[in-house]
Amino acid sequence: MAPPKNRRLGFSRRAHFGLFLSYVVAIGAAIIALLLLAISIVDPRGFSALRGAALDVTAPVASAGRSVIDFFGGIGDSVSNYWQAGSENAELKQQLAEARRELVRRQAVEFDNRRLNALLGLARTTQDEVTIARVIASSYDSPRRLATISAGSAAGVVPGQAVRSPDGLIGRVLETGRWASRVLMITDGASNVPVRLVRDGTPALAVGRGDGTMELRTLEVGQNPFRRGDILVTSGVGGLFPPDIPVAMVVASENDTAIARPIADPARMDYAVVLRIFQPAANGPLAAAPPQPVAPPVQGPPVPATPHPGQQNNPRYQPALQQPQPGMLTAPAPAAPPAPPAQ
Amino acid sequence: MSRIAGSETEVAIRDFRRRYVPLFSTLFAILLGAVLPVVAESPWVPNLGFLVLITWRLMRPEIWPAWAAAAFGVAADLVSGAPLGQSTLLWTLIFLGLDSLDSFLGVRDYWLDWAAAAAAIAFHSVGVWYIALLMHADIGFLVMIPQLAMSVLFYPIAARLILFLDRWRLSR
Repeated sequence: MAPPKNRRLGFSRRAHFGLFLSYVVAIGAAIIALLLLAISIVDPRGFSALRGAALDVTAPVASAGRSVIDFFGGIGDSVSNYWQAGSENAELKQQLAEARRELVRRQAVEFDNRRLNALLGLARTTQDEVTIARVIASSYDSPRRLATISAGSAAGVVPGQAVRSPDGLIGRVLETGRWASRVLMITDGASNVPVRLVRDGTPALAVGRGDGTMELRTLEVGQNPFRRGDILVTSGVGGLFPPDIPVAMVVASENDTAIARPIADPARMDYAVVLRIFQPAANGPLAAAPPQPVAPPVQGPPVPATPHPGQQNNPRYQPALQQPQPGMLTAPAPAAPPAPPAQ
Repeated sequence: MSRIAGSETEVAIRDFRRRYVPLFSTLFAILLGAVLPVVAESPWVPNLGFLVLITWRLMRPEIWPAWAAAAFGVAADLVSGAPLGQSTLLWTLIFLGLDSLDSFLGVRDYWLDWAAAAAAIAFHSVGVWYIALLMHADIGFLVMIPQLAMSVLFYPIAARLILFLDRWRLSR
């Protein structure tokens, strides 16, 4: 293609100055962008008002488009269902018979469970939902896995709440607009979900890999308890996700790593339930703990330090080392855990 | 359609078209990328706004100064859910790089355009991936490869599309 005509500026001093100024502005904009990016990285919840407003503007359009997609997707499903009706019928009958047997067994177990819980005096907390919303879009052109749902702060959605579909866990709310919010999906690289194996209760951490799968990390090193087809549910550890929501199914388990796929298929999610934060204290800022008066460390005989609950099982834990030694920097007494705010 | 404008209104409409078709087509592509109701597992669709932007830039280097990329980047960051500043920074750097390439080369042909677009797309993918890493999204670069390849292969189609728009923009 021919070179553009006004690249050569001639001798006009004004034109030269204009070009120079445009570069100054561009470089200035790049520097400001770098600062904004640094702020976004350090404080991901910054600019939330601005971003929430943009979310509110774009979500209705995506929502309308999603209805169209659902409509056409529905047509495709109906056509293929029609063609496969015969073979599917026999298969479904067989599955129904199996499911019925399974249901009877489940009911027996459920009854047993209720009886045992009553025996222990455990009260099951009701996991009431905040709202029900539609999943309207997801980021498909960036390495992050973010979905948009059609409910925002007007419906009581707060960042940190878990989002599930009827099948399983989708993720947790990242930022909210007034009528729409963005959800960090469990397959995102920054998402960690504490899970446990349904089969034997082994705790693990499901970490997203950004490509639609998750990697399972056990707490014990050198063991791989996962088999193909294993189901993982949330364990409730950490307090954000309520326990016993189906999360993923193991699809590959090699030497040291296990790969799982989310049970809630992202392409088929249409409705999502936003759940209350399991333990509200888990979502509070770290600085919310009340300041403890710091006692001077040298007065009086040293108080025998009680092992922290997490350290009691640690074979390397040595209580003697916890006593203040001469020349050792003493820390203030361990602060009592903050009481969860009243609901 | 006659080649000579018959009235003042017609002149105004043509002038508007000539000035603002690049701006609005790019903004439309950015918005389309944000509101397209697709729920995907991994990135494989090209970043439409970015692709249209660099296609306009490579085809018509004179219509936008380098700082225009920053303005488009702010819009893209706000609607797409990317961390604020990501597209602003990357797109401005790419525009500055293309400007220096132009002053170095002088003339580009179609293949060189494609090569420049491929380099810009690769830089953008690496940048986006690295920013995701900084934000604790621990993912392998392999995840970005399908999108990178799709974008590079999609450039000729985007170039035809923008060429069509450009001819319509300047038609009499």
